[in-house]
Amino acid sequence: MRKLDVKVIQEAVTKSLIKMNYELEDSFVRKLQIAKNNERSEISKSILTEILENQDIAKKGINPLCQDTGIAVIFAYIGKDLQIQGNLEAGINDGVRNAYEDGYLRKSVVKHPFDRQNTKDNTPAIIHTKLVEGDKLTLKIAAKGAGSENMSRVVMLKPSDGIEGVKKLVKDTIFNAGGRPCPPIIVGIGIGGNLEKSALIAKEAILRDLDDQHSDPIIAKLEDELYKEINELGVGPMGVGGDTTCVGVKINTYPMHIASLPVAINIQCHANRHDEVIL
Amino acid sequence: MIRITPPVDNATIKTLKVGDKVLFSGTIYTARDQAHIKLVQDMNPAFDLQGAVLYYVGPTPTRDGQVIGSCGPTSSYRMDELSVPLMERGVKMMIGKGNRSQNFQKEMIKNNAVYLIATGGTGALLASKVKQRKVLMYEELGPEAIYELEVKDFPCFVAYDVHGNTLFKGGTDV
Repeated sequence: MRKLDVKVIQEAVTKSLIKMNYELEDSFVRKLQIAKNNERSEISKSILTEILENQDIAKKGINPLCQDTGIAVIFAYIGKDLQIQGNLEAGINDGVRNAYEDGYLRKSVVKHPFDRQNTKDNTPAIIHTKLVEGDKLTLKIAAKGAGSENMSRVVMLKPSDGIEGVKKLVKDTIFNAGGRPCPPIIVGIGIGGNLEKSALIAKEAILRDLDDQHSDPIIAKLEDELYKEINELGVGPMGVGGDTTCVGVKINTYPMHIASLPVAINIQCHANRHDEVIL
Repeated sequence: MIRITPPVDNATIKTLKVGDKVLFSGTIYTARDQAHIKLVQDMNPAFDLQGAVLYYVGPTPTRDGQVIGSCGPTSSYRMDELSVPLMERGVKMMIGKGNRSQNFQKEMIKNNAVYLIATGGTGALLASKVKQRKVLMYEELGPEAIYELEVKDFPCFVAYDVHGNTLFKGGTDV
């Protein structure tokens, strides 16, 4: 059985969270550049120009991309032939704590829903673990801001609502959110499972590679159609109207009860901070 | 492009139209959720609300040798109700991001005020427009304290004007 010291995990989490808060992926930046060139109105073009200038400045490593440096969300896929030496959850949280201190990131986590006292170190992270084949640990890490998270939702549709019902729900959600989730957005959709499973697979959806194609042709087609139809809503960059409302739609599905059609819509803002590490 | 140096008067408010690009230079005050709760109850604030410009922001920590951390706008709708008494006491402009409630818009017009947006998620760019920063009130709130910022060419767009127009496409009351 392969062994992995929890310290290695801790350091990887720290490094990853700091880097993602200062630097967007090149492939994502290229999508924003294309969006800027496509915009027809002066104001939406000018907003995308500011977003692109911002990432150039943030890349220098002095100030992060956005002041909302997020709550850390970590999916840990643990190989069943891997033995983690130490406490995984504590290790991840130590990694988060160090990242938010050493990286000059904002501590945005409060302990209690009503007294709102800040935990002062941005912990605890939201951690999801899953056992998988192999002897590796894969971490999918995100720094998730609240502006876009607050516009996300889970709705229990009726099975008879079907594809059209899902499309209407997604488009209404995006249109009603307007500029609040900081478009251009990435839309992660979870269809199926139950209440919490749909939300979980929607979150995993926003972490998918934007250029991948869903293996199920019905879902791949739905992703393409929603991508087009969401952009036709005309919400535009920061909600001011325009050609680019989303730069990606990713859908994950899961089997569900005969009586249910749960749909979760998780929105990711244009400060698309995530990373994947294999240890 | 319109250049504005606060405090702002009614004549300036009337000239502004939705979509106008505004560059602020001079003094603006930061205030977000917790600072709003305190400020509406505070009858002796450390700055003059008359003609004031409020900026909804909670910056990241400031590095040594820097003026401020990343400081882009936060969502404005959370301040909708608390903005009303502040506009009644003279606040003329609010800078944030995203749609606000219809009631806010109505009260804003009644009080001759204007709502502007800065581009959300551009905190590093906006930090480069801040030349000085000092904690003015509620230091215990950390990033949510009220800071007095001296800005130069701080870029915004008029989102709601006093003529009843809105810049936004989509966005309903939440």
